[in-house]
Amino acid sequence: MITLGIDIGSTTAKLVAYSEGKIIYSCYERHMARVRQKTVEMLAELRRTLGDIQINAAISGSAGLGVAEAAGIPFVQEVAATTELVRRLHPETEAVIELGGEDAKIIFFGSGIDERMNGTCAGGTGAFIDQMATLLGITADELDSLSLSARRIYPIASRCGVFAKTDIQPLLNQGARHEDIAASIYQAVVNQTIAGLAQGRRIGGHVLFLGGPLSFCEGLHLRFRETLGLDESCAVLPEYARCSVALGSAFFAENAGITTSLSELEEKISLAPTVKSSSAALSPLFDSEADYEAFRARHAKATVANIDPAAYTGDAFVGIDCGSTTTKLVLLSSDCEILYSYYSSNKGNPVEVVREQLKYIRELCADRITIRGSAVTGYGEELIKNAFGVDIGLVETVAHYTAARHFMPDVDFILDIGGQDIKCFRIKNGAIDSIMLNEACSSGCGSFIETFAKSMGYTSEEFAALARYAKNPVNLGSRCTVFMNSSVKQSQKDGATAEDISAGLSISVVKNAIYKVIRASSPEELGSRVVVQGGTFMSDAVLRAFERELGCDVVRPAIAGLMGAYGAALRSMKLRSSSLMSAEELATFEHKAKAATCKGCANNCRLTVNTFSGGRRFISGNRCERPLHTDGEYKEHKYNLYDYKRNLLTSMTKDDPVSGGRAVVGIPLALGIYETAPLWHGIWKSLGFNVRFSEMSRRSTYEKGQFTIPSDTACYPAKLMHGHVQELIDDGCDIIFYPSLTYNVKEKGSVNHYNCPVVAYYSELLNGNLEEMGKSRFFFPYLNINKKLELARELERYITELGYPISFREARRAVNAGFAEYDEYMAKIRRMGERALDHAKRYNRRIMILSGRPYHIDEEICHGIDKLAASLGFTVVSEDSIAHLAKTPDTRVLNQWTYHARLYRAAAFAVSHPRAELVQLVSFGCGVDAITTDEVRRILEDGGKYCTQIKIDEITNLGAVRIRLRSLLAALDEKE
Amino acid sequence: MAQTYIPFTKEMKKDYKILIPNMLPVHFRLIVRVLRNYGYDAELLETTGPEIGETGLKYVHNDTCYPAILVIGQFLHAIKSGKYDPDRTALVLFQTGGGCRASNYVSLLRKALERAGYGHVPVISFGLAGLEKHPGFNIDLPKLHRMVYAVLYGDLLMTLVNQTKPYEIYRGDAEAKSEYWSARLTDDMAKNSIKYPRVLDNYREIVRDFASIPMRRCEKVKVGVVGEIFVKFSPLGNNNLESFLVSEGAEVVIPGLADFCMYCVYNGIVDTQLYGIGRAKRAVWETIYKFLLKKQRDIIDIMKEEGTFRPITPFDHTVSLCEGFINRGVKMGEGWLLTAEMLELYEIGAENIVCTQPFGCLPNHICGKGMMKPLKAARPNMNIIAIDYDTGASVVNQQNRIKLMLAGAARKATEAPTPEKTHV
Repeated sequence: MITLGIDIGSTTAKLVAYSEGKIIYSCYERHMARVRQKTVEMLAELRRTLGDIQINAAISGSAGLGVAEAAGIPFVQEVAATTELVRRLHPETEAVIELGGEDAKIIFFGSGIDERMNGTCAGGTGAFIDQMATLLGITADELDSLSLSARRIYPIASRCGVFAKTDIQPLLNQGARHEDIAASIYQAVVNQTIAGLAQGRRIGGHVLFLGGPLSFCEGLHLRFRETLGLDESCAVLPEYARCSVALGSAFFAENAGITTSLSELEEKISLAPTVKSSSAALSPLFDSEADYEAFRARHAKATVANIDPAAYTGDAFVGIDCGSTTTKLVLLSSDCEILYSYYSSNKGNPVEVVREQLKYIRELCADRITIRGSAVTGYGEELIKNAFGVDIGLVETVAHYTAARHFMPDVDFILDIGGQDIKCFRIKNGAIDSIMLNEACSSGCGSFIETFAKSMGYTSEEFAALARYAKNPVNLGSRCTVFMNSSVKQSQKDGATAEDISAGLSISVVKNAIYKVIRASSPEELGSRVVVQGGTFMSDAVLRAFERELGCDVVRPAIAGLMGAYGAALRSMKLRSSSLMSAEELATFEHKAKAATCKGCANNCRLTVNTFSGGRRFISGNRCERPLHTDGEYKEHKYNLYDYKRNLLTSMTKDDPVSGGRAVVGIPLALGIYETAPLWHGIWKSLGFNVRFSEMSRRSTYEKGQFTIPSDTACYPAKLMHGHVQELIDDGCDIIFYPSLTYNVKEKGSVNHYNCPVVAYYSELLNGNLEEMGKSRFFFPYLNINKKLELARELERYITELGYPISFREARRAVNAGFAEYDEYMAKIRRMGERALDHAKRYNRRIMILSGRPYHIDEEICHGIDKLAASLGFTVVSEDSIAHLAKTPDTRVLNQWTYHARLYRAAAFAVSHPRAELVQLVSFGCGVDAITTDEVRRILEDGGKYCTQIKIDEITNLGAVRIRLRSLLAALDEKE
Repeated sequence: MAQTYIPFTKEMKKDYKILIPNMLPVHFRLIVRVLRNYGYDAELLETTGPEIGETGLKYVHNDTCYPAILVIGQFLHAIKSGKYDPDRTALVLFQTGGGCRASNYVSLLRKALERAGYGHVPVISFGLAGLEKHPGFNIDLPKLHRMVYAVLYGDLLMTLVNQTKPYEIYRGDAEAKSEYWSARLTDDMAKNSIKYPRVLDNYREIVRDFASIPMRRCEKVKVGVVGEIFVKFSPLGNNNLESFLVSEGAEVVIPGLADFCMYCVYNGIVDTQLYGIGRAKRAVWETIYKFLLKKQRDIIDIMKEEGTFRPITPFDHTVSLCEGFINRGVKMGEGWLLTAEMLELYEIGAENIVCTQPFGCLPNHICGKGMMKPLKAARPNMNIIAIDYDTGASVVNQQNRIKLMLAGAARKATEAPTPEKTHV
């Protein structure tokens, strides 16, 4: 009997016919979301080849579930199918790594089969590679061949596709080599698979690689092999890799399949009833064609005159918006009319796009038109400014506001959804009052639609136009795009049409902006004069969805996609003469980009050194100005409390002997230890132990521990802990100490003084997940650090139990010594905080209260944001250096965590101090911050202050942070 | 805290409707009936549908835990529906304290109400800590006593339904019995004061009654459910996990609510042991703890005596199970209890376990996902799958992962001794 396995995944469908130990037929095709039609077509093709034979069939795959249920065909879970395959064909396998369109799986064999699939937060893999290829403007095959000649790997965030994109875009804009980026993308997939799925279990022995992406992408396979340290004989990539699940299903069908003829099977699938979606469909975007026409007519009014450049003589101004995925240019007449405009994808090489366009503009101008001014904004601002001698560089928010004001002088709310950014700002009294940018996890919305349209075989315009006719738009939720991918998958399963999906995606993008970024609950909160712009709003569907959701009409300038460039050009109109490159210079313009690593400090910024014709250089990727001063002239900013605290901690252990005591106690410098390090240092030293702290984190710290992280959605500071402990184990410490502290240091003013669950109990997780912990003794007693006598009693008991007998007297003396050191440390920080404030006052400097938790001073966690702020001219103080200067404000949430109580006080201090601004650092995945961010915002806004919150994770891109801080500065300047 | 809140006054008691979110279907129906018998116009919110999550997302920070988004969404959705008079409605929210962010639900609800323009709606926070005063809603000893029995009865009914439903010959028998007993028990509690011999008689009769359901005896895969208290129990929170598992041919095993209550009490005792704090209250905690243990033990004895059903695991035994895996000092959220319950399930033959948690749940990083590796190392047959619940998570994805776990369970049940080698 011939058995047939059908695997319908998120993007492709696979068939395998198997008989007597041989694959007699197999095929693999993209189904473009037409799940059933495609399956039937493929079956028909099989029937033409083999005839209408009797077979045993079973279905697998994420999109196959619905088909199987509806058609009454046995279903086999895809991991179960793979497991079956391994048992039959490769019993020596120790682990299978299988990547699909959107799923990633690892199956461990050996003592008990252990199967893991990616969770809801780990982004797609095959789809992710496709998306990245689109971003680079190449095919997936080209990406693969590029990757093979890579010279270096850039760190790209590995949590999910959206994060990775945030990292890749600046690399592209900085002109990094595509070969290197391609390999880095693969590396991100590898890291993601390992960090997200291996969850503490090492991958070794014979590893079988399966699934489409791995069989097509040689480079990806290579990255896996190198990362896991596998030689060729151990890393098996079988011929049938891309159809492995279908083959496994065929095995399964031998015993449990349905016996039928091929034609019957086709019939079953095509005639199966369509199950209606459980989630209710949304109402159509347009009720009728007339409704649509009225909508078009209303928006046609917000327009700018276009005039023929050939008929124009006089002055002109150039505005360039070098965005994350697109480049926009406008040439304005002195009456703000558009002489020429350009909007296109930057094809991964914005410098070349801008050069061509400027060349064209110069030709257009000839001798009749004189360019008097030019300005550039957007992600590539600095690069373009330096490359082409553009007169002004301005932050995007200011450019957009300038443009919006031109259309609606009393605008009070602007929403811009671009390829990858969502920006919105409120305007009060003619100045930008508050800015909200999307946090890294929900970005990519505009380009998501584009990529999705392409994957379904449409251009973005065609795809958007489809939405107009949707009768039952699907409800896709309002979370990040990775979740939307799964929701789209589900709706496809339910038989939604491309029209419904297009409309549903538009609605989702809008909901995401309103509820996730702006977090408005009613239209009144946005104001009455709303301007929308950005490329994404060029889609009528998105615009309509937005008006529907808000229940009011908004203005979309006809040049919605050009607003940044238009605003930049408007700003340049105050200039009289321009330094913009001439036609001759443009003709001979050359640009080369080279990667380098800055050795200036521990951040080790990955720099891109751009060289232009004439030997001019421009360095990007730096956090501070150090690499720009090659002559060693650079000086640290004197008042940066983050630097100060880091120095205090590093100098604390400098003079300690590393041996000669009773034993070496290793303490991981991570999480809560950043607060209590002096206390433990004092205690252990007094008891006669040698204390060894782990080094401050680097990227390599994370990598060292990433194999043992069980929960991929925990915060980055927690994940770093694994590397710190591993470092201490490798160092041969006798004891590793991380106490479990339910309660943190008690300070006045709050209801309770808890640690968050992660800081409090991470010890338990470390104890259970670090295999090599046995090499040292892990000591993690539950301690009360708020009563000295109690603490002494506990230490006496636990340390004695550990095998180092101490008396109560010794314990008491140690506790006193510890607290003396801790108190002195905190006093120093507070004193320095006050001095920084005095200094700022004397020299009239702006103060930034960079507020987070003590561990946010770690350079790998805050990514040098403190240095960036300092380089922008702020005096940087930490929350714990000034919290004592303010009273605890009334909070409407339970003020019960020590670190967050300081945060509230710091906010109260910012309100009381005219030159202080508070910037809150929020760790991705920090559950407690979901509570505190709203409260901090309320305290600040009630006090008439700006509220800036920066979400940080393992991402290393400071572009978005720079925009926010510069916007803040621009707003402050405007206010004055 | 300087925060002011709207108290629930005695006047309000007369004509206010009191809404209660449905966290555990069986237990909360009992509790609501207890309240109604005391003259409160209490109503259990049993609304479902995507609008609830969407309403929640509008008024609560989107990164807040899913239960908060759902519960607050459900309240606001109800108030905005026009079904209730906002000037004559109060809300009850059950609230645990402690270092988990869940201790902020009441604050978040009040904030959300204010944002939505219903700042005047009183919110009654109901928890062991008893932080606030509401003159019209005082929980005195007789009320508390009845609620304790509501929880114990609820656990018994839930356990029995779970053990009969997959095997019943006539569909709906188990549910019908559960309905019948919920009504009868609350009626009983309303009319009579609690007399313990009568309670014991009730237990006996309930167990016998369920045992009389005609059942098909066959082997079914037992699937245990543990997790964050809301998504573990609430069908709204876990996308009808229980019925999904039953429809997949599994028998669902869920440790009861009394365990969670005892866990909260036990933590009071642990605090004195570990940190020397709250010594004054220790005696009180210990008394309550012993009282509850005894009550649970009585149910267990009756179940054993009757003999048809697998009895509930005694809590003090569950406590002892986490030895060597996690310290009982881990007391935020579900804390050590979550780990202990996985071991408890394993012990009674439910080695396949769904560990439910809201996306990004902090304590579960430690007690759920963080413990899987050591648990599997020590109990290789344990088959645990962690499922994240969230407004954006797709049901298909969740079900696919659960099916993966079930496929593993099925394979284990029919494990072939030696794999045959086939050539391609």
